Amino acid sequence: MIPELGTLALVLALLLAAAQAFFGLVGAQRNRQSWMAAVTPAVAGVWVFVTAAFAILAYSIVVHDFSVQYVAANSNSELPLLYRIAAVWGAHEGSLLLWIELLATWALLVAALSGGLPIAFRARVLGVLGLVGVGFTLFTLLTSSPFARLIPAAADGADLNPLLQDPALAAHPPMLYMGYVGTSVAFAFAVAAMLSGQLDAAWARWTRPWTVAAWMCLTVGIALGSWWAYYVLGWGGWWFWDPVENASFMPWLATTALIHSLAVTEKRGLFKSWTLLLAVFAFSLSLLGTFLVRSGVLVSVHAFASDPSRGLFILGLLLFFIVGSLTLYAVRAPSLKSDGGFELVSRESFLLLNNALLVAAAGLILVGELWPLLMDAFDLGKISVGPPYYNMVFMVPMVPLVLLLGVGMHAGWRRALLKSRQRLLLTLAAAAIVAALLIALVGYGGPGAPLTIVCFAAGLFVMASALIEPIEQWRRGLKLPRAALGMAIAHFGVGVWLMGVTGVVSYKVEKDVSLAPGESTEISGYTFRYEGTRPVAGPNFEALEARVVISRGGKVIAELPTQKRTYRVQKNPMTHAGIDVAWNRDLFVALGDDLGQGKWSMRVQYKPLVRYIWLGAVVMAIGGLVAILDRRYRVRRTADEPAAAPGTARKTA
Amino acid sequence: MTPRRKRLLAVLAVLGGVGLATAVAIKAFDNNLSYFYDPSQVADGKAPGDKSFRIGGMVTQGSVARTPGTLEVHFVLTDFAHSVPVSYTGLLPDLFREGQGIIAHGRLQGGVFVADEVLAKHDEKYTPPEVAKSMKRPAAEGRT
Repeated sequence: MIPELGTLALVLALLLAAAQAFFGLVGAQRNRQSWMAAVTPAVAGVWVFVTAAFAILAYSIVVHDFSVQYVAANSNSELPLLYRIAAVWGAHEGSLLLWIELLATWALLVAALSGGLPIAFRARVLGVLGLVGVGFTLFTLLTSSPFARLIPAAADGADLNPLLQDPALAAHPPMLYMGYVGTSVAFAFAVAAMLSGQLDAAWARWTRPWTVAAWMCLTVGIALGSWWAYYVLGWGGWWFWDPVENASFMPWLATTALIHSLAVTEKRGLFKSWTLLLAVFAFSLSLLGTFLVRSGVLVSVHAFASDPSRGLFILGLLLFFIVGSLTLYAVRAPSLKSDGGFELVSRESFLLLNNALLVAAAGLILVGELWPLLMDAFDLGKISVGPPYYNMVFMVPMVPLVLLLGVGMHAGWRRALLKSRQRLLLTLAAAAIVAALLIALVGYGGPGAPLTIVCFAAGLFVMASALIEPIEQWRRGLKLPRAALGMAIAHFGVGVWLMGVTGVVSYKVEKDVSLAPGESTEISGYTFRYEGTRPVAGPNFEALEARVVISRGGKVIAELPTQKRTYRVQKNPMTHAGIDVAWNRDLFVALGDDLGQGKWSMRVQYKPLVRYIWLGAVVMAIGGLVAILDRRYRVRRTADEPAAAPGTARKTA
Repeated sequence: MTPRRKRLLAVLAVLGGVGLATAVAIKAFDNNLSYFYDPSQVADGKAPGDKSFRIGGMVTQGSVARTPGTLEVHFVLTDFAHSVPVSYTGLLPDLFREGQGIIAHGRLQGGVFVADEVLAKHDEKYTPPEVAKSMKRPAAEGRT
């Protein structure tokens, strides 16, 4: 009975989302106040019913209702509570429900926080979100209902994939989806702008915090996924250019570009149509990611389902939103003129370069992503595009981007680089190069490859450059606006991230060895001694645990247990790596197979600076959070303001 | 600068950027595409002898042999029509097992496929679509 209520709740949510879309879009077009007034209750209703459906699925999993197919396939009576909750989004159907839940949540937030927006504009934004909601709710109900029954009920469940039984992975999908779905808010703002013809500084200022919020969630979500892959999946790799990783990374690049382009649109009234296009791109790439992951066209860990009807449905949705919004764009963009020009050396041109480079990277990744699918579709052979391609097409735009970033932060709007800073920047650049050489020489015992030095120097330069403004203001006793402080923090994070990437890529050491108890191996001055294995048991798995003692210069620094787990239900073995963390490096041991003669295979690794990759991402996200909290972005409700008709420009100081 | 010249400059910059990006992409592409072949295509001599590629198939039951105490392992990949012997030195993925569909990357050396990477997917129900297709059997059969 209860799961059927879940289906009912979803159907009601679908109807209300349709009402939300209709009253929002048509109401604004016909300027019917009463219709537009119905949008907010519809948004609230959608949220209530979707959340009810979500809670019902969670309840069914928690109480072990194995008569529900989804529960029987993805949970088990021995599964710990935390992972039972994570199982709600651990497979295709549930993850779609999460998608809808987060979309409803975004819409609710927009409705709650946008009271000061012109009524028609707000109605349109929520209407577009309603349309997206209709598409995805329909998709879930028609092709992937999580509430389908299993008759007869299973005695016990088939368990959650052991790889997903991990705290970081419990948090990864909600965060990432929050970002994915968040791009729909920027998209809705863009569509509303195109429908109403209002695209001014106020529009950009309303859109910015939402875009940054989505970007923040994407950043954290991707970082969590990378971290999880590092210690669970990848035997120490942190990024694989797996098609599904790319699917989340492309929207990130597009959203990053959008944040910067929005800044120009707000401050200078430039790049207007480009900003709209980027908002459309970011959302389209999110949908494309959903399509690629959920349709099973990609070979990946994340590809839960390969049901062709699902793929076709999402492809249809994708085409509807892309073709629809691009058509609207083609009709409306010519009327959106940018006001005025800018100098060759100015903040505008730096941000233009930023956008060009970010979009180039996203585009080249997209080519690598889609090319194998095209080749296969036309029967030209099965190919795969290897990581070296992605490394190349990512590096080539990114190195100049980071270098330009360090300088561009100090360029003024309209005019040239701030004169007073030129000298300081040159000094910092020189210091960064010297420091980079020192890190290579002292830290890693060699002059280092030219690219390593360039990247270390770029990272240090950006970090230093990001600090100039906050330090200067602090010394003058002034308070930096939160938006500017957030920007400085986020850019500092880029530097931190780059240091991590450069360190681990340039100096990592990996070694596969076969060891008998008592034998040892050495990498980078660390001795790994294998002590032996013993059986251990977890709540729902058995494991063999190997003890590896790591020492340096005769001094023991860590004792790492690493496990080979066998989960009782699904029976597949899983490696649980042992990792010793220090500020400047990780030491990593993963247990392989029993090789006979008492020997075991093991992979030992030295990963310098690897933590800074995720730390950098977290710092970037914190920067985003600080920026969102700027007072400027609070939409003030002005009682005397008339309900702005379409096309009314609202200029605020 | 006149607006006209500025526009010209902007257009040139964009064209230059696109051109550069394309050049980089094509070059990187050329070096990093790897083709996929199944054991029958390898047996027919369709796979390149001098370049690395990927091969996918089912690990034949009873074919996995280790050289005791070392990281060297030999096994046979099959698509049920033809088989190819594979050798690999290193750690095998957790889900590598006899009867499991896998993909290996490497090159042919004297009739043996010497792999530098072996991939098994992270779900015991899962057979890579390429493998499933080349084995021409209903997908349902692959499920446990």
